[in-house]
Amino acid sequence: MNYSLEVKDLAYAYPDGTQALFGVGLAVGRGERVALLGPNGAGKTTLVMHLNGILTAGHGTVTVAGTPVRKDTLKEIRQRVGLVFQDPDDQLFMPTVRDDVAFGPANAGVRGEELERRVKNALDRVGMLEFADRPPHHLSFGQRRRVAVATVLVMEPEILVLDEPSSNLDPAARRELAEILRSLEVTVFMVTHDLPYALELCERSLILSGGVIAADGPTRTLLADPDLLAAHRLELPYGFAIPAERG
Amino acid sequence: MGAGHHHQLYRPGASLVHRLPPQCKLLAVLAFAIVVVATPREAFWAFGCYALLLGAVAALARVPLTFIARRMVIELPFVLFAFLIPVIGMGERTTVLGLSLSVPGLWAAWNILAKASLGVVASILLAATTEPRAVLMGAQRLRVPSLLVQIAMFMLRYMDVIVDEMRRMKVARESRGFEARNMRHIPVIARSAGALFIRSYERGERVHLAMLSRGYDGRMPVVQEFSASVRQWVIALALPGGALAVLGMMAW
Repeated sequence: MNYSLEVKDLAYAYPDGTQALFGVGLAVGRGERVALLGPNGAGKTTLVMHLNGILTAGHGTVTVAGTPVRKDTLKEIRQRVGLVFQDPDDQLFMPTVRDDVAFGPANAGVRGEELERRVKNALDRVGMLEFADRPPHHLSFGQRRRVAVATVLVMEPEILVLDEPSSNLDPAARRELAEILRSLEVTVFMVTHDLPYALELCERSLILSGGVIAADGPTRTLLADPDLLAAHRLELPYGFAIPAERG
Repeated sequence: MGAGHHHQLYRPGASLVHRLPPQCKLLAVLAFAIVVVATPREAFWAFGCYALLLGAVAALARVPLTFIARRMVIELPFVLFAFLIPVIGMGERTTVLGLSLSVPGLWAAWNILAKASLGVVASILLAATTEPRAVLMGAQRLRVPSLLVQIAMFMLRYMDVIVDEMRRMKVARESRGFEARNMRHIPVIARSAGALFIRSYERGERVHLAMLSRGYDGRMPVVQEFSASVRQWVIALALPGGALAVLGMMAW
């Protein structure tokens, strides 16, 4: 099968000796939207850091669209894996929205009209085109997160990796972001403990717990199993029940 | 926050001065400052001419004098220092309004006051007519080391974020009944400053990761070229040129 992302037997220990991942294996098909669920401290962010080679595997492999993540492939990998960080202020470091979106492709050598076209297109896809000349700190949090998505979309990535995309968003911003993510024709790998958001956006989910993949299946099935969730410190919000399957 | 969509030093406009490429303006201000500093302090009328030149630039850029005056407050500490010199200075003394002042001290004070004020006004005009981001791009154009430009750029971007963080810490302190009233409270403030430093440092690491994720290799990509025509250089250099002409006339 044609995988966007394939992780095999990935293990990692931090330099201080703390083991965070104990042999993670997963595969995400092209065009799929997959959620990685897990409580705080399960190793979600550590796993994400491996996907574009910020951390290098202690053991095991990460492969993006057939290219293994290695020192000599880093440049290519970082164009193919679009990482959206949890805090947009970490991601938007340039003086204006336009400069920020242009940063990635400019590093890859794109210039002139082609660059302009790609920046406009990416901002348009997240509905932020009219804010191109604003400094990021004058935008609302939800707008900043959308710009952060644009900064990676502009790279035309093979896979979009989002770290807690719904955190700190108000309900309207949360819904707007969901609509944007659904409209993108790109593979999405979303790391979250916001279970309803995973259900809303992703057909399939994985549970990462204690540094291993503890479950892999349709989001609806996983979330309907209270014992499975409880065993991994996950739970649905108060008053939330899995809605019946729509015809 | 809430300061509009422009930096507070910048005054949006479309005048001739606003439209000049930033590198021309930067170099013009630098050259002007050098000429001013090189002028002997006895040349009162030369300083008057320099002030007139700056006045002409302000009029051309439509920057009101009140705007400049307000921003000159930054110079106050130097002014106070300058006023102290004649009082504590040595050498020959003279009496003004019953106060015994040192003559070399008076000269030194005048020297600092005149030159600093001219330099400050020139900088205010530069900042008022050039967006901070453009100033940095101009500096990059002028081959200022890329690392320095990047540091300044990050300062510009993260200033508000850090000030915000500082404000939140202050609110957190005050919500728990702390108010800085006297010297004994300094350790608390100092610890907050330390915490802020660590938070900013950690943010720096995360920003660096984000940059690496998008292919950063130590250099900022130059996406927008501000190329300057000969005509624009001539216009910009009219300011230091005029000042130099004044200085030349005086020497002659």
